[in-house]
Amino acid sequence: MSEMMADNENGRIGGELLSVDNITLRFGGVKALTDISFNINKGEIRSIIGPNGAGKSSMLNVINGFYKPQEGTIRFKGKNVNMKPDLAAKSGIARTFQNIALFKGMSTLDNIMTGRMLKMKAGFLSQAIYWGRAQKEELENRAFVEEIIDFLEIQSIRKTPVGRLPYGLQKRVELARALAMEPELLLLDEPMAGMNLEEKEDMSRYIIDVNEYFGTTIALIEHDMGVVMDLSDRVVVLDYGCKLADGSPDEVSSNQAVIDAYLGVAH
Amino acid sequence: MSTQTETNDTFPKLLRYNARVRAERPAMREKDLGIWQSWSWAEVYEEVSDYAAGLYALGLRAGDKIAIIGDNRPRLYWTLTAAQVIGAVPVPTYADSVAEEIQFVLDHAEAKFAMAEDQEQVDKLIDQKDHLPGLEVILFDDSRGLRDYNQSFLWNYEAVLEKGREFRTQNPEFIERCIDGRTGSDVCIMLYTSGTTGQPKGVVHTHDSVLITARNAAELEGLNERDEVLAYLPMAWVGDNIFSFGQSYAAGFCVSCPESSDTVLNDLWELGPTYYFAPPRIFENLLTTVMIRMEDAGKLKQRMFHYFMDHAKKVGVDILDGRSVGLMDRIKYGLGELLVYGPLKNALGLSRVRLGYTAGEAIGPEIFEFYRSIGINLKQLYGSTEAAVFITIQPNGGIKPDTVGVPAPDVEIKLSDRGEVLFTGPGVFKEYYKNPESTADTKTDDNWVMTGDAGFFDDEGQLKIIDRAKDVGQLNDGTLFAPKYIENKLKFFPNIKEVVAFGHERDYCAAFINIDLEAVGNWAERNGIAYASYQELASLPQVYEQIQAHVEETNRQLSTEERVAGSQIKRFLLLHKMLDADDGELTRTSKVRRRYIAEKYDVLIEALYSDKKNCRIETEVTYEDGRKGKLAADLEIRDAKTVAIGAGAAAQAAE
Repeated sequence: MSEMMADNENGRIGGELLSVDNITLRFGGVKALTDISFNINKGEIRSIIGPNGAGKSSMLNVINGFYKPQEGTIRFKGKNVNMKPDLAAKSGIARTFQNIALFKGMSTLDNIMTGRMLKMKAGFLSQAIYWGRAQKEELENRAFVEEIIDFLEIQSIRKTPVGRLPYGLQKRVELARALAMEPELLLLDEPMAGMNLEEKEDMSRYIIDVNEYFGTTIALIEHDMGVVMDLSDRVVVLDYGCKLADGSPDEVSSNQAVIDAYLGVAH
Repeated sequence: MSTQTETNDTFPKLLRYNARVRAERPAMREKDLGIWQSWSWAEVYEEVSDYAAGLYALGLRAGDKIAIIGDNRPRLYWTLTAAQVIGAVPVPTYADSVAEEIQFVLDHAEAKFAMAEDQEQVDKLIDQKDHLPGLEVILFDDSRGLRDYNQSFLWNYEAVLEKGREFRTQNPEFIERCIDGRTGSDVCIMLYTSGTTGQPKGVVHTHDSVLITARNAAELEGLNERDEVLAYLPMAWVGDNIFSFGQSYAAGFCVSCPESSDTVLNDLWELGPTYYFAPPRIFENLLTTVMIRMEDAGKLKQRMFHYFMDHAKKVGVDILDGRSVGLMDRIKYGLGELLVYGPLKNALGLSRVRLGYTAGEAIGPEIFEFYRSIGINLKQLYGSTEAAVFITIQPNGGIKPDTVGVPAPDVEIKLSDRGEVLFTGPGVFKEYYKNPESTADTKTDDNWVMTGDAGFFDDEGQLKIIDRAKDVGQLNDGTLFAPKYIENKLKFFPNIKEVVAFGHERDYCAAFINIDLEAVGNWAERNGIAYASYQELASLPQVYEQIQAHVEETNRQLSTEERVAGSQIKRFLLLHKMLDADDGELTRTSKVRRRYIAEKYDVLIEALYSDKKNCRIETEVTYEDGRKGKLAADLEIRDAKTVAIGAGAAAQAAE
């Protein structure tokens, strides 16, 4: 595993990896996002929080190109990009989904292997007969996937069809699949939704481990405030599609606008 | 063999011998990253030599103690031998112990070094390090999560090997000299007993006692270098030390470590061991799983299964023991092997088992016969930590479900006036560490050990154990009361997980019962009965009815046996929580801590001996992470029908 660990002993957090500038997203007349700007630095854990309907998932969908904003630009690794999902995947952005999107009938191992598809160059035919380059690639990629299985401690469900697994484990498999892409930026859409306390603690541990050992930059949407405040380096708060606050967990949690948005205030 | 015994009288010498005569044969395997990795005897010898030199270079000396904490991992097993090379004493401890328990053992053993498997164990040690002034060095195997730990007393296994290699280049003779300098009478290992009563005691064994016992039994059963073992039971338990370490060195067979504790069943299946040990509990659980899965199978499969299992029940054991069986029955059994027994054994991972042992608790006769009838040579043995396991072993061809067999090679057994079992032999322990009073209480001057178990020999000279000698008591009217005997009868029902019986110096016998969550839960599911927790399930009237029927059946069985007919169960209750080792109610090897339970639940006991129908109780529970919570319940107490003494036979006829 050591060769995969990024050297982040000193200065875990580097320069800007991604920035969104003045993004506005409309669905017909409904403004989902209004003039949002923030950035994500290399190596940090960045959280996006907000009440229901604040536009968090929309923001994530804009970042990986699933939604196309009407206004604003996205810069990834210093370049302006016209983001699309396939381009996002190729350029090193992986994600998980709020409602698990795994292949339910396939085993854990096969699901994670699909995360390696972009790394495989062999043709369809040689893959089908498992010959030559395809065999070599399969072995290399399988070895990498086994590292991830070991990392997330899911050895015992390697061959189990994903549909038979409990919810918390499915979430972990989804994380494994995203990791298999060796992403530079990992987008996690509510990784802890619907989990019990113990599962949440495990998942938090894995998120920190991923960040520390692989040096992966993580952008995270989460409802559980305790989790967000513990994990994040910086937090951006959205409400009704507008940015309310942006800063360290301490700054954000003492911000009056944020408190009002969360606790409600008489208008 | 005799010359080998003289020359190879320690485990390091035996390792050196194996590295010479079976250099290329596998000694150890571990599943890592999905692939079985193996090490030959020659490789293990080389690695252990480096490791031992590294430990020496770090300051471990002859007589020092090194604690080992973790699951079954090759490097943890190598720690045993590496320590023994330099004359240090390994002290394996239970991996699931909480930090305070580990602290007690390390403190008592005066451990100077500790080898931890991973971050979890390292954290426990660091947590307790302030209370362990003697602990100088902590080594670890798996470095995951430990990158930011920069304490100077922490050492990565690989770094120790590196140090060892350096040391060996400067002192090329060192390892040979160390190995030759030790003899069989040196201390080999210290094993802490699980402490059914009071604090754990450190049982000190010499190389002679472990090695000769392991070798004797291996010769008796014909174990050889082609055998396969899966090491999955706690390393701190004497059985694992004999089966996965001592006998592997003595017979030269390969020991495999599972990928993780969650994958044991799958690893077992992949590996197909030929020599297998499991406590009765595991055999019970396997059988329960099989039965539950059969309930869900198609009609045809179910009928086939039951048809051939009935046939196996009739002739399977006779075929296994080589008794004469009719040709038609043999053909039918052969067909059953093809259709049912073979696939079933394969699914359980037991198709290649030549020799299976079970011990520690009594095994239900039906469970025992089930495995034997499908052709698995399962045998019971009777042993203890103080004996380096083997006291009695069931002889091939003479196996009876309710005895533990005849004395193991070179072991002698006698019974005291009170019926307590005493033994002597090569495996007798040296002493309890720093506890001469207990040593004197347990071991006589002429080397006989009091087991604390009450038993007797049957007509064929096979030993039968009924209970702990100190637990055997009397009801107020003088009737013999052997709680474990009663409890075991109840525990043989699949619905019942645990029982604690009371009766000593009381008017009648009464019991606490834990239902089996898996078996009863499955029944509830199939019958559409909703429940949210163990507590709720255990308080359902339908469940009470089932258990009451089991209690009354047990009473009927007891009534037919003259010695115990008087101690039938009059009243019982279902506990609101599972008895748990984390709450101190069971030992780490899942044995009931009778006195502790009696104190903790004294309110319930008083209620059992009154005419109350209900009793309220509040209990503190400890979660795995050490947090505590409170559990309150209102428990129902039921009366069970008993059978008048002497009427047992009549009742049986009437049914």
